[in-house]
Amino acid sequence: MSEQTVLLEAKDIVKDYGEGHVLDGVSLKIHAGEVIVLIGPSGCGKSTFLRCMNGLEQIQSGQIILDGEVITEGKTDWPKVRQKIGMVFQSYDLFPHMSVIDNITLGPVKVQGREKKEVTAEAEKLLERVGLLEKKDAFPRQLSGGQKQRVAIVRALILKPEILLFDEVTAALDPEMVREVLDVILELASDGYTMLIVTHEMQFARAVADRIVFLDGGKVVESDTPENFFNQPKTDRARRFLNTFIYAKDTEK
Amino acid sequence: MQDLGIRVLFMGNNLQRLLLGLWVTIRISMISVALSIVLGILLGMLMTVKHPVTKALTKIYLEFIRIMPQLVLLFLVFFGLTKSFGINLSGETSAVIVFTLWGTAEMGDLVRGALISIPKHQYESGAAIGLTKWQVYRYIIIPQILTRLIPLAINLTTRMIKTTSLVALIGVVEVLKVAQQIIEANRYTVPDSALWIYGTIFFLYFFTCWPISLIAKQLEKRWKTV
Amino acid sequence: MDTGFIAEYIPLYVEATKLTIGIGLIGIALSLIVGLVISMIQYFKVPVLRQISAVYIELSRNTPLLVQLFFLYFGLPKAGISISSEGCAIIGLCFLGGSYMAEAFRSGMESVEKRQEEAALALGMKQRQVIRYVVLPQALSVSVPALCANVIFLIKETSVFSVVALADLMYVAKDLIGLYYKTDEALLMLVVAYLIILLPVSILAAVLERRLRYAGFGN
Repeated sequence: MSEQTVLLEAKDIVKDYGEGHVLDGVSLKIHAGEVIVLIGPSGCGKSTFLRCMNGLEQIQSGQIILDGEVITEGKTDWPKVRQKIGMVFQSYDLFPHMSVIDNITLGPVKVQGREKKEVTAEAEKLLERVGLLEKKDAFPRQLSGGQKQRVAIVRALILKPEILLFDEVTAALDPEMVREVLDVILELASDGYTMLIVTHEMQFARAVADRIVFLDGGKVVESDTPENFFNQPKTDRARRFLNTFIYAKDTEK
Repeated sequence: MQDLGIRVLFMGNNLQRLLLGLWVTIRISMISVALSIVLGILLGMLMTVKHPVTKALTKIYLEFIRIMPQLVLLFLVFFGLTKSFGINLSGETSAVIVFTLWGTAEMGDLVRGALISIPKHQYESGAAIGLTKWQVYRYIIIPQILTRLIPLAINLTTRMIKTTSLVALIGVVEVLKVAQQIIEANRYTVPDSALWIYGTIFFLYFFTCWPISLIAKQLEKRWKTV
Repeated sequence: MDTGFIAEYIPLYVEATKLTIGIGLIGIALSLIVGLVISMIQYFKVPVLRQISAVYIELSRNTPLLVQLFFLYFGLPKAGISISSEGCAIIGLCFLGGSYMAEAFRSGMESVEKRQEEAALALGMKQRQVIRYVVLPQALSVSVPALCANVIFLIKETSVFSVVALADLMYVAKDLIGLYYKTDEALLMLVVAYLIILLPVSILAAVLERRLRYAGFGN
């Protein structure tokens, strides 16, 4: 893995919705093959940051650099950029009027103009990998949340993106389904995929991340290896945040 | 440039006559809407009753009235009743009967829809906080029904006004009939009066219905639940 | 009831029914096109056209077809624009129906969640593809009940075509009443004719609606 090549870089990203900054100068470098997990309290801007990376949100200032090219200057060809930056959403957002296989092949066929037959074969291979081949003709409404999310991951993968964005992909799932989705992501990580992940699953973050980036108040507060971050957070804010995940009875204080 | 035909509007009391004609339309609509609301609420409640005969009868009434063009209904009452039963109805009375029958069907369906749209847990959670049955209706159910119903009832008014234009076709002297009379009378002096008069009526209707539609839209937006 | 009279004049009603159906179909087809175009204009917020279509919708929805027809058929010729009876009927129906269809499409498109568009965009689709493959198919299935209701509404509205001198069902009925005073027979055939046209449409609409509801999407 060449840790040297910077795949995606965000420079001083500023984003606001009219009242105050949601992102207040966030900078981040993602190297090829690296898995970065963004964590932070809700409203800290981590999801917004992901959405800015593929242009679902417009930024007020700053730069996004993909493969050494500044994509935020002049007129961005977002459809082209988005083929290189895959994204998986919290609410899966499969297309309800299409079968699983059609959901997956829609992008490659319509966007990339690939051969339907070849794409279908590849889609089936990927479905098999996530254990859902027998569901290929099912409709999204017939799947469980965990299954939908695995399909959504395949739908993003098949476009062969250079980097994958995961936006709280287990937050809407019933607890017993979280694992099956996280396992898929862990596998992708070991395959060397470059990923930027927003999650509230701390155990998972620890297991999957090469680097943890802690965001609070629209700023990067800490950026460190999982060991360092979880064992000895440098800032008060990070410590306080991590404490919210520890349960103790009030009386034991 | 040709002599503007719009002057025909301001000759004599033509404009006033048109407005009076419009008033006939509005009057018929208002009476019909008022009757429809009262009868429609009753019909709507009747339709939620789980009695097979009641259900069938109200359903047939509703379907027949709603599937027939209003003009056909007007013909049935205006020509049919007169002939078959020897009841001689004026055009205006026929119109009120027909539009009330029609409005009642529309309103009844709206009321029924509003009634069954209130989920059961609304009744239950009202009871759960210790309200009496009457209080549940007074504070929880009726306000929700009204916020749903009022915009729709106002919309029905604009539909009623537009539909009432049909009475011209059974000889009621309303705005279109007055228009024809004016055009006829000025046939030689203002040959292009039809353009201006009918154009005027178009906008008379528009400026009658549009504000009402706007109110309905506003209320709908304000009361939108969920 | 004079059955001989009925038998004799049924052909007139058949002709009139054909006319109503023919003009109704053309008018409804055009209404659908106008409605779709307008909903696209509004969806993409096309400047100028968007304002024009907003004005059109208000004008169309707040005036009766009868008045629109009077203006088209009796008013416009005075401005040098003469349109045939059929032309007036079709234009009138389309002017009226276009706004209703536009509203039906619009509410369907509004019902498609923003997240669906974002998911499609995230796959690298162009705005045009997002509409074509993701938004419209879902919007249409939501719009179907409203579209069906509009079709029935528009067919009913065709009953005023006699004012532009079209020999439609109302025209025939009124003629028979005026000429022969066979009111009962004329009215009976009138009602039957409209039932023959409208009942199948109404039943079809109900079936379609139920089908779609059971096939309900839900993410």
